[in-house]
Amino acid sequence: MEPQTVIPRRIAQELKPGMLVNLGIGIPTLVANYVPEGMHVFFQSENGLIGTGTPPEEGMAHPTLTDAGGRPVTALPGACAFDSAMSFGLIRGGHLDLTVLGGLQVDQEGHLANWMIPGKMVPGMGGAVDLVTGAKRVIVAMQHTAKGSSKLVKECRLPITSLRTVDLLVTELAVISFGNGQATLLETGPGVSIDQVLLATEARLTIPEQVPQMKL
Amino acid sequence: MQTVSLEQAVAMIPDGASLMIGGFMAVGTPERVVDEIVRQNKRNLTVIANDTASPGRGIGKLIAAKLVHKAIVSHIGLNPETQRQMTAGELEVELVPQGTLIERIRAGGYGLGGVLTQTGIGTMVEKGKQQIKVDGKTYLLEVALRADFALVHAFLVDYLGNVSYALTARNFNPVVAMAAGTVIVDADNIVPIGVISPDHIVTPAPVVDYLVMSA
Repeated sequence: MEPQTVIPRRIAQELKPGMLVNLGIGIPTLVANYVPEGMHVFFQSENGLIGTGTPPEEGMAHPTLTDAGGRPVTALPGACAFDSAMSFGLIRGGHLDLTVLGGLQVDQEGHLANWMIPGKMVPGMGGAVDLVTGAKRVIVAMQHTAKGSSKLVKECRLPITSLRTVDLLVTELAVISFGNGQATLLETGPGVSIDQVLLATEARLTIPEQVPQMKL
Repeated sequence: MQTVSLEQAVAMIPDGASLMIGGFMAVGTPERVVDEIVRQNKRNLTVIANDTASPGRGIGKLIAAKLVHKAIVSHIGLNPETQRQMTAGELEVELVPQGTLIERIRAGGYGLGGVLTQTGIGTMVEKGKQQIKVDGKTYLLEVALRADFALVHAFLVDYLGNVSYALTARNFNPVVAMAAGTVIVDADNIVPIGVISPDHIVTPAPVVDYLVMSA
């Protein structure tokens, strides 16, 4: 299974009925495709919408109904539109149950770096700093390695997004939780051994006695 | 509220002016006002907005025409030309977390000197900013922003100047409308008084200085 399938499917298992959830661009967006059957979840787009739906059918797009990347979306029954001050009030004010973001690096304490590579790529942080600082729960969705190097590192070498550490990291190889300054391997990917995870990981990992494989 | 032609509206903006512009990836940006700024070649502008959109759209057109001297925004990732000009030293870019940016603008429009936020503590964002402790928690002092002009895109404006917005085209618009010396509104629809019910008016008419006449 591709990382683009494994990661969002596993993260979708973290959803609970009635949650307000913000999904970042890229792999996080795909989580919306795997909401458990019959479960109602509120998806927020930080550009000003709760109740963000799938892309519209051909010919049904409207320029005033878009996601945070500017792409056309639909609004589900019960959707609600608001300005950016309200949108970030929801994010910072403790109203957002879960945010799922992409990452460039996560360190073993759980710090996330995801908004710039000095001298190379400076896209700006957009809403990421507010999301990581303000959401009740933060999950990072990223591939375990980039160009053969581990993205789960001892200490972030890139500028961090927030002092607040993330709660969970899901890669195609592993599910890792953070707490008390350490990273714990909770699950391995489908068909992935603990040794394979360790081989691909720079950070120090705590390995419990039982480490099941993801059930997808 | 006064009605003006598109040409008159933009003629009021001098070179070197600061502009708050509504929109999120150009959705909710008053596109024809931006086009007219390019046509009238207004230079040396400071732009305060969520992002610089993408090439050929919204604020992206001002960047491409090299009319912007400084941009205070949260995101430039979808406009390579902004990044190129920034790296080449032709454009000054101040990157601000989106939630902090909108609150700085809100503070400017609501008569406040700034806001206290935990966003950015312990990151590059905190550089040069005062930290203030309240009830044992540390916050950054983020100071208010105002501009000479707000360029607002509306869905409906009535003959008095009351404004309502559509879906995700609302974004920064009602907030920037409060935070500028002169507020210029361009609307998809100009409608009789009463069409927008009092509960659905988001920006009240007294805030609006100029309404751009329909084409």
